Order: sequence, then structure tokens, then C-alpha cells
Amino acid sequence: MDTQNSTSEPEAKSGPTLFSRIRDFFIDVFDVFSFIGRFFKEAFAPPYELRELIKQTWEVGVRSLLLITVTGFIVGLIFTKQSRPSLVQFGATSWIPSLVSIAIMRALAPLVTALISAGRVGSSIGAEIGSMRVTEQIDAMEVSGTHPFKYLVCVRTLATTISLPILAIYNGLVAMLGGYLNVAVNEGTSFSTYIQQFFQPLSFIDFEASIIKSIVFGFTIGIVGSYKGWNSSSGTAGVGKAANSAVVTAMFLVFIEEVIIVQMTGWFR
Amino acid sequence: MEDHKSAIDYNDKVISIKGLKKSFGDYHVLRGIDLDLYKKENLVVLGRSGTGKSVLIKIISGLLKADEGTVDVLGTDVTSITPRDLMELRRRIGFSFQNSALYDSMTVRKNLEFPLVRNQKNLRRKEIDEMVERVLEAVGLKQTINQMPSELSGGQRKRIGIARTLILRPEIMLYDEPTAGLDPITSMEINNLINRVQERFNTSSIIITHDLTCAKATGDRVAMLLDGQFQRQGTFDEVFASDDERVKQFYDYNFIN
Repeated sequence: MDTQNSTSEPEAKSGPTLFSRIRDFFIDVFDVFSFIGRFFKEAFAPPYELRELIKQTWEVGVRSLLLITVTGFIVGLIFTKQSRPSLVQFGATSWIPSLVSIAIMRALAPLVTALISAGRVGSSIGAEIGSMRVTEQIDAMEVSGTHPFKYLVCVRTLATTISLPILAIYNGLVAMLGGYLNVAVNEGTSFSTYIQQFFQPLSFIDFEASIIKSIVFGFTIGIVGSYKGWNSSSGTAGVGKAANSAVVTAMFLVFIEEVIIVQMTGWFR
Repeated sequence: MEDHKSAIDYNDKVISIKGLKKSFGDYHVLRGIDLDLYKKENLVVLGRSGTGKSVLIKIISGLLKADEGTVDVLGTDVTSITPRDLMELRRRIGFSFQNSALYDSMTVRKNLEFPLVRNQKNLRRKEIDEMVERVLEAVGLKQTINQMPSELSGGQRKRIGIARTLILRPEIMLYDEPTAGLDPITSMEINNLINRVQERFNTSSIIITHDLTCAKATGDRVAMLLDGQFQRQGTFDEVFASDDERVKQFYDYNFIN
């Protein structure tokens, strides 16, 4: 029984009309907001899935840790290496730690962490929930008197929302070390001086904005992955599609959110 | 089967369906169904693929919504039930899925514990272990307790799926194609298990199938779903004594081909 295919006969023959496309778009938008609304309604109401939340938060963190470490270190190293020649011309190599800190802590660390997590964790959430949907495991949870939405969607979305800020801070610190490697080799700067210069230009609002940004990114990655998985259909092909779509949509939204949050934090600076 | 028939309580309806209709787009799957299930009865719903058999039990368990009609399950109409009451009601209904729907990421033990620990919060570890062992013993698969679902055969997965529903001691069992994709010997084992479950746990069951051997082995009563309505109801022999070409064709294809 294909319950998903409700396309009427004339529409199927002539392809979707402009009206049906607009209608489907608004239905999709309504679905997304209903899904987000359901998350807020169920996530903070008992019974709480604390044990599963700790397990998922740990898994999200551990699953991304190696990639976050490697990319963070390389970003710090490359950023320092690339910006150095321009600063040498002005005799301003002492500004490198400040430059790295502003670029990394304000923008790169949250963004790079979010993009890696969207690929690594978002796709995994989409595929996992999607495969549970098409193999009726979610229905099985539902008929056994449990809350699959809370157990799967709320827990995973909360896990990414909690993990992302921690991973972003970690990414920033590793990038700082990557930057130090280059500075130490070329300038011979001591670690304590580098650290002092690294943190000097940063204000509380920089950390605050980065953490808020990471929370928003984490929520986006979790909710998009869950939404795509929860609504997947058409067997195993649908699972692959859900995983792929979770990554693409989450990355797209992360960039849009980055622009909006940067604009908003500019008002408070 | 005859002994079992005498145990059926024909004064106690556990499910009573009246005028049930369900459509998907322009496709009318169920066109006004009336059906009763009595206490301790095994009712087999027969029909070709796509005739709405699975839709029927998904409506009974509240997974799908009916378009019209009433579906009274254990004294509650699921068409107008609140989410909280539906959750309560579902604990009294067991649903065995066509593909077993075991949780891939959990061992057999965790699969069986999952509904238990979420529905009965005050259980001690020892009680949980005892209940898990009891249902595993009922389906004859105690040795699989620490295995992953991917390590089990098709028949074993079906039996673990049934064990998972039994752990909450349901009053009604809904079986969706219990013998689909199984060899004849394993199918017969599943049929025997369905009868054993009925006897041991005093359940009333609806068994959805297009396998006539399963229907004959498990059904106290058989209902034939054709064109969105029950065309024939009665014992297996009564249903297939029909002159209706569609019923005859169904019988011939099952036993001749």
C-alpha cells in the first residue's frame, strides 16, 4: 500500500502545475514548523530520557572528535601561514595571534564545527531515523506504548544542541595550537606570549556570540536530520535520500544563520 | 482447534468495528467494514496484497486514522480517543509486524526490555530479567538473548518480534503476515506458536495473511476481504465453499500453484 503517493491522475500526466508546487511548498513549510513545535512541546515534558540523552551527546561528541581535531589544527595552521606574508610586508607579524583569534573564535570555529557535524552527525541521524521509519521500527515503538518522537527526535536534537558549543570551543582551542606551531617556527614566540596575544582582542560578547551561534547550529543539524529521517519513505532509496538531504539542507541553513547572527551581534558590539 | 473453540467467549467482544472506511487519495481501500472479535478467538483476515488488510490492523492500533466508522477496542473507540488514552490502550494490544521491526541497534535482550522499562518504571533488574527469560522461553529462543537481530534467521526474528509484544501481557494480538517470506516448516512453527500464545496468554488475535495454510492452522474464524469489504465470514471450510469466482481463484492459486 503506497500511502505516500496521492498525486492525482491528470497531475501525474501533465507534471506538477505552478499552483500544486506553491501548495506543496506551503504544506512543507507547515510540516516543518509543526515538527519544530512538536519538539518544543515534547522535549521538556516528562518522562525524560536522561540516560539516552547522555549516551547520544557522548556519541555525537566522540563521533566528531577526530575530524574536529584534525580540521581545527589545519585551519589554525593554514590561516596563520596564509596571512603571514601580507603582515610581513607591513612589519606586523606580531598581530598574527590577534588576527587568528578573531577569525577563529568569532567565525571559523563555530562554522567549521557545524559543517563537519552536519556531514558526520546530521547524515547519520537522517539515515538512522529514516531506516527505522521504513523498517517499521518507529511504528513498533509507538504500538508498544512508548514515545518514539521523544526517544529519537528530541533526544538527538538536544544532543547536537548540547554538543556543538563544546565541540566549537574545542575546535577553536585546537586551531589556536595549529596557529601557534606556525608562529613558533617563524617568529620564535613563546607559548605564554602567544596565548596572551591570542586572547587579548577577544571580548565576552565574542565568546557569547560563538556559543549562541553553535547552539543554533546544533539545533538546526539535529532537527533537520531528524525531520528528514522521520519523513523518509520509499524503502532504502528513501533512507539514502534522507541522509543526503539532511546534510545539504543543514549546511545551507547553517550559512544563512551565520549571516543573520553575525549581523545581529554587530548591533551589540 | 475444537477444544479451543469451546473456550471462546461469544458474549464478550474485544473488538467491534462498524462502517469503517479508509481511502488514500482516490483509492478507497476499506469501504464500510463491520467486524467483531470475541474474547480468546483467533480471527484470520484473508485477502490479496493491497486489499487493506494491514491498513485494518493499523487503524485498530491507532497507527492510521479512519475516515469514517467506529472502531471499539476493549471498550474504547480509537477513532475518537485522546493521545494519552491511546498510549494506555496500546499497552493492552500486541502488534507483530510483517518484517518483525526489531530494533537493529539493540540485542535481543534490549529489544525485549525496551517496552518493559518504558511502561513499568518500578521494576527491579531481577524482575526484568525473569520476564525477558519467560517470554524467550515461550517462543523457544532462550539461547539468542545476547544476539543482535542481524544474527537471527527470518523465523527467529518473527518469534522475537512476537516475544517483544508478549512481554507486556497484551489482551489482543495483531499479527501482520506472520508467515510471509518463510519456508513451509518455519511457517508451521510460527502457526503453532500463534496457537500456543493464544492458549498460554489467553489472547484474542487478528491474523492478517494471504497464506491459506496459516489461515487453516490458526483461524477459529476466517474473514475474506475483497474489494474493500468482507465478502465471506465463517470457518475456513465455510468460506471456501463459496461459488464466488474470486474466492475460488484465491484457494486454487494457494493450493495448486
